[in-house]
Order: sequence, then structure tokens, then C-alpha cells
Amino acid sequence: MNIDINFLGILIGAIMASSVPLILAASGELITERSGVLNLGVEGMMIIGAISGFALMVITDNLFLAIIGSMLSGLLLSFIFGFLTQSLLTNHVASGLALTIFGIGLSAMIGKDFVGIPGKEFPLLFVNLKEAIPLFGPIFFGHSIVFYFAFLLPFGTNYFLRKTKIGLIVRAVGDSPVSAANQGINVLLVRYCCILYGGAMCGLGGAYLSLIYTPQWIENMTAGRGWIALALVVFATWSPLKVLAGAIIFGGITILQLHMQAMGIRIPVQFLSALPYIMTIVVLVIISRDSRKIKLNTPTSLGQIFYKEK
Amino acid sequence: MYKYFLRLLALVLLLLGFSMNANAEFKVGFVYVGPTGDHGWTYQHDEGRKAVEAAGIKTTYVESVPEGADAERVIRQLAQSGHDLIFTTSFGYMDPTNKVAKDFPNVKFEHATGYKREHSNVSTYSARFYEGRTLLGHMAGKMTKTNVIGYIASFPIPEVIRGINAMTLAAQKVNPNIKTKIVWVFTWYDPGKESEAAQALIDQGADIIMQHTDSTAPVQVAEKAGVWSFGQASDMQRFAPKSILTSIIDDWAPYYVERSIAARDGTWKQQDTWHGLKEGMVAMAPYNSAMGSGLVKEVEKLQKDLASGKAHSFTGPIYDQKGNLLVAKGKVADDGMLAGMSVYVKGVEGDIPK
Repeated sequence: MNIDINFLGILIGAIMASSVPLILAASGELITERSGVLNLGVEGMMIIGAISGFALMVITDNLFLAIIGSMLSGLLLSFIFGFLTQSLLTNHVASGLALTIFGIGLSAMIGKDFVGIPGKEFPLLFVNLKEAIPLFGPIFFGHSIVFYFAFLLPFGTNYFLRKTKIGLIVRAVGDSPVSAANQGINVLLVRYCCILYGGAMCGLGGAYLSLIYTPQWIENMTAGRGWIALALVVFATWSPLKVLAGAIIFGGITILQLHMQAMGIRIPVQFLSALPYIMTIVVLVIISRDSRKIKLNTPTSLGQIFYKEK
Repeated sequence: MYKYFLRLLALVLLLLGFSMNANAEFKVGFVYVGPTGDHGWTYQHDEGRKAVEAAGIKTTYVESVPEGADAERVIRQLAQSGHDLIFTTSFGYMDPTNKVAKDFPNVKFEHATGYKREHSNVSTYSARFYEGRTLLGHMAGKMTKTNVIGYIASFPIPEVIRGINAMTLAAQKVNPNIKTKIVWVFTWYDPGKESEAAQALIDQGADIIMQHTDSTAPVQVAEKAGVWSFGQASDMQRFAPKSILTSIIDDWAPYYVERSIAARDGTWKQQDTWHGLKEGMVAMAPYNSAMGSGLVKEVEKLQKDLASGKAHSFTGPIYDQKGNLLVAKGKVADDGMLAGMSVYVKGVEGDIPK
């Protein structure tokens, strides 16, 4: 098997495409967590996004509506979580777990009538450039709009958190909700917004799976990607660009190990299957060794219930 | 973690449901490894269950039950809640099924694709899917231009290895130059991973994609890439109308109805069933006319011969990878050897994961 330059391009393109749902969900969750809220319902919001997107596509035959709908449904689900944890002051961990279980069950119920229906072709951009440019063509072109959005998102998130005033407010709320409240910030409002935004991104991540990546609906099709996204946020020490790196490493090794198997490279397959998880953790731990920076990035009040005395 | 919670929830619901109507009515329970909406393995078992229901027998099912120790709790729960016959439909339920069977001698158990019948109330049943794989191999050998056949495998158990071997032998017979490339995904069901595996194989020159996993993702990837594919467990033609050549279909319905009625009427006996094309437990979806009427006729004839016993998927001489003789010339592999198959035949690349 000789690796030519075009093959390399296709491989890298495939790796990037496979990391899109992780980037979307993890970027959304990152904002939620930076505001001090730990939402373990990522998997549930993703799967709800996947089924809503697919169902809307089948019913309306309109992919734009399907994408918007998937985000709205993720948002709606996260609103339940927000109401429970912010207004009723329930435990974050328990509510998040419940949200995942609820999402998986509900999606299966809605999805009963949508099993076995093939999806629709999703429009891809710059398809002719993909063929025209060697190596970089298959990497950067011929992808869906959601793909490009996903790869811009971590940079946008980074800018938002570091350079904008609202970003600063979000971080302040996550670090010390009491002080933020004393400064006159409406902690509840900020957290609600962050939760809803996280939900919408998770929904979009799910829809990427059911509308673009494997265009179909099958029960439980997110297959644990929500949990991986959650882990990415923690191991990337709440830094958007490290989340991006982690997602690409994870997707990359997943696909590389499949290629290595197909090439007949004799490494125990079980080891190869475990490799994405191991490598992602190792790399992220190495690149985020600076404990001072970790302290800066970690939302101190993560998962704690905030109650403002009146 | 979340799976644990799901199971807990399922159990609580089961408890609630069954404690309310624990009467003497004859009931059949089913345990599924995947969701009924997978459009593959579990979907076909559920079609069988619906046939039992249609025959006027009450049924219940529990879906997405992980293999291993947790399966035991679900099976035990079904036995405790007054089910008279329980079908456990995945290889990994083998030990849990036998364990529960020991404690419930009056309940009948049917375990799919296993070989352990430790108690007189346990039967096993399976289908000779490898006969279908032989047909696939024949088509693959004829249709491939790159001589590379991509195979997405799930777990290294005899069932899966048998399929790889049967396919490779048949393909070699019509095309000595073929190579079988195998990717193990270690899941029965993960559309994303299955499609990545299919893409990896295609990128490495495979122009035929075959799967021993349950979702429709691989055939869709093949359709997009313009290479041939085969469906698994149910007719997946809808997902790849142009490029799918056929699907191996599991038809459990007649067996489930027969065994349920036998159990109800008291004529159920322990047995080991292994049905194939002949009995219809393995069926083939319509052949794609894109492969030409000549080849379709050839395959139809081979199908008939396999069903009648004139042809056999494992006819000697067969050698393993190291060149040891497995089946002598003129002989066919017996069922014992097929059931425990754990080596690749000559011509398959790579090692079996241990």
C-alpha cells in the first residue's frame, strides 16, 4: 500500500468530518460549564437533535428547517435542565443524567416511525475545488456548511470568552457567582443563556450525524459521542482550542486505526480500538500541563448550586 | 453509566408491569441486544415476535440489553414474572441463559447462535448464515475490479469467522486473485463507526463492502462512493438502491411461531436447530439486475444447490492460513467443526484478534 498525496488528503478530510459532532457538542458544553453549570445531558440533547432534525427533514423536506429544528429541540431539552437546576435548585449531576436517559428514551419513541427511511442528500460546498487541488482539496473542500461552522466555532468561542465583555461576564459567573451577583450581574439569566446555547449546539451535533454523516435515523445512533464530548471539555481544561485539538485527535486515531487494520498491520486490534481514548487523554494532559493556566480556565463554581438570597 | 440507569429503569418498569398481572396466561418473552429500530438483527427478531403475537400468543420484549452479567438480571426477571418461554437472541446471552434456566426448570429457554444446553429446558437455534455468505462471495468474486473485498467484522466469534471464511472460499473459487481485507469494529451496532470502517476500506481499494454488523450505515457509504455492497439481516435495498447487490435476510418468524405453539401445547422438547436456505431461516433479498442476468442465474442456481444439499459452503480441500489441511478433498466440514470455527482459511489477510 503506497500512500499517495491524494489518499492522504482524503484521509485527513475524513478525520475532520468525523470530529464535527464532537466539536459542536463540546464547544456548546464548554460555554455551559464556563458559566458554572455542569450539564451531563449532552448525549440526551444530541440524540434529541438527531431525531428532530431527521423527522423534520422527512416531514417538511427542507434541510434548513431540519437544522434549525434540531437546534431548537436541543435548546428546549436544555431548558428543562435549566429550569430544574437554576430555578428549582436541583443537583446538576442527577438532573443531567436524567436528561440523557430521558432524551434517549424520548428519541426512540419519536423515532419509531422514522426507522428505515433513507436520508436526503445534504448539499456540499466547493465540490469542484475538491477534485481540482491535490492534498488540500479533499481536506478543505466538498464539505457541508455545518462542517465549516464547526471548525470556526472553537475560534469564535475562544474570542468570545477572552475578548468580549459578555465572555468576561460568563467567566465571572462561572468563577464566583456570588461576587458576580454583587456586581449586579443577573447570574440566573447568564446561566440560562449558556445552558440554552449548549443545548442548541448539542442538538446541532446530533443533527450532523442523522442528516449529514450517516443520513438516517437509528435508535441510539449517537452511540456515546456525547460522553466523549463531555470528557473532552474536562481534559481540554475548558479551553476551546484544546477541545478542537482533542476532537481531531480522537476522530483521527479512530479512523487511522481502521485504516491500519485494513492495511493488515499486525498490532492487536483491541489495543487499536482503545487507542483513541488513551491517546486523546495523553495528548490533552501533556498540552495542558501549565497548572496556572488550568486554574485560570477552570470554572471554580462548576456544578455548585447558586442561590441568591433576597 | 447511562446504560446502567437505562437498565435500572427497564427493570423497575418490568417489575411494575408484571407484578400487576402475574396470572397464569401463557406468555413468551424476548431479550434483544439492540433496539428494535436497528433495521437489522434485532429488527428481524422483532418481526418474528410479531408473528408469534399474530398467532394469538402474548409476548413481551426487552430491547438493548447489554451482553454479560446484566443480561442475567433481565432474563431472570422475565422468568420470575410468569413467562413460560424466553428467547434470548444474542451470542453473549449464552451463559446467563443457562444460569437462569437452572433456577427455573419449568420455564423453557431458547438461545440464539449459542452452543451450550446445560439443562433440559434450554434449546439453541441458529441459522446457517454462512450459506448466504457463500452466495455473497460468489458475487463479490465476479463483480470486483480491484480484487479487494472489504469486510466489516464485529467480534471474533465462530459465527463471524465462519462468514468470513465461507465468503472468501466462494470468492476464490470464481476469482483466485481476490484479497479479503477485514476491519474489526468491536461493536454490533454503531452507525458512525461502521461507516468510518466502510470508508477506510473503500479508501484502501475495496470495491465491494460486506458487513457483519447491524446498521445500514455501510451500505449507504458504499452507495455514495459508488462501490457494491451487501445488506445484513434485513433487506437494506432502500438505503442503497443502486449499489446493493442483495441482502442476507434472517427469517425467524416460522421458528418462533412453531416453538411458541409447541411450548403452549406441552410438546416442546430440547433441541439444537440449525436451519439454512433449505428451511427458509436464511433467505436472500432480490438480486440486483445491475450484475447482469448471467450472474443472477448463476447465483440463483448456486442458491438452489446449497438449499438442496448438492453444494456445500465448506467443501474440501480447505487449508488454514498456515497451509494445514482442514477439510480433505471431496469431504465437507461437519457441523461440529463449523460451530467451533476459530481459524481463517488460506487467502484471508491478518490475524484473528485474540
